[in-house]
Amino acid sequence: MTERITVTTDQDVVRVRQLVRGVAVTAKLSLVDQTKLVTAASELARNTLVYGGGGTVEVSQVDSGRRRGIKIVFADQGPGIADLDLALTDGYTSGGGLGLGLSGARRLVDEFDIDTKLGEGTSITVTKWCR
Amino acid sequence: MDRVPILKIGDILLVSIQIDMEDQVALQLQEDLADRIVSVGSHGVIIDISALDIVDSFVGRTLATIASISRVLDAETIVVGMRPAVAITLVELGLSLPGIRTALNVELAMEMLATGGDAGEPDATDDTDEFVVPAP
Repeated sequence: MTERITVTTDQDVVRVRQLVRGVAVTAKLSLVDQTKLVTAASELARNTLVYGGGGTVEVSQVDSGRRRGIKIVFADQGPGIADLDLALTDGYTSGGGLGLGLSGARRLVDEFDIDTKLGEGTSITVTKWCR
Repeated sequence: MDRVPILKIGDILLVSIQIDMEDQVALQLQEDLADRIVSVGSHGVIIDISALDIVDSFVGRTLATIASISRVLDAETIVVGMRPAVAITLVELGLSLPGIRTALNVELAMEMLATGGDAGEPDATDDTDEFVVPAP
């Protein structure tokens, strides 16, 4: 089952956190893993809003056959990321932030994929597996 | 928009964050606290985050900014009640909150403020400000 939130305001970022927390609890992630996933989702949803100009977040439970997990896709039709390596560097920001959102979120999840095209948008997929 | 209440106890201001804050609410708290520190002549601010189940980089930065603003206004900020899972996540995220004093609970924070806070003084060598990011 996939749940979807359209992110256009600050309040939607809060809704994303609440949705992810609910799904993480249902999937029986450990407390620390729930906290890491919700924190990563908060960072990435804020990026979708601030840098992508808004977009969508889709949360689903996945099953690899061996283990269960939670997959979240953050998609926007914003300007895209020109230099991905730079964007993933700790401390780099093109906005007014700390530059920890993207790089920090990557450390908090098990799988992290970015698909970005200049002028077309960015899609980030993260997965956290139950241990 | 929700607003986080600020309580006054003697010359200490106590803030207990009980809601999942939107970014705007966090920024409003920053402004409200600066105003109250000056109007009350407060020397200590205690921020209880025991109800928060996550602290992301935005809230982390807001806490650090509040601590800096208070310091400039001659008040000490102590963040209390951080959950263990939040601490683990914050450090892994890359935010170790340098320059922010912490205590396990409000009672210990009040003792620290009363005694002039000799315990848990931020590392004097900690002059590298993590919150200044290099220009692009």
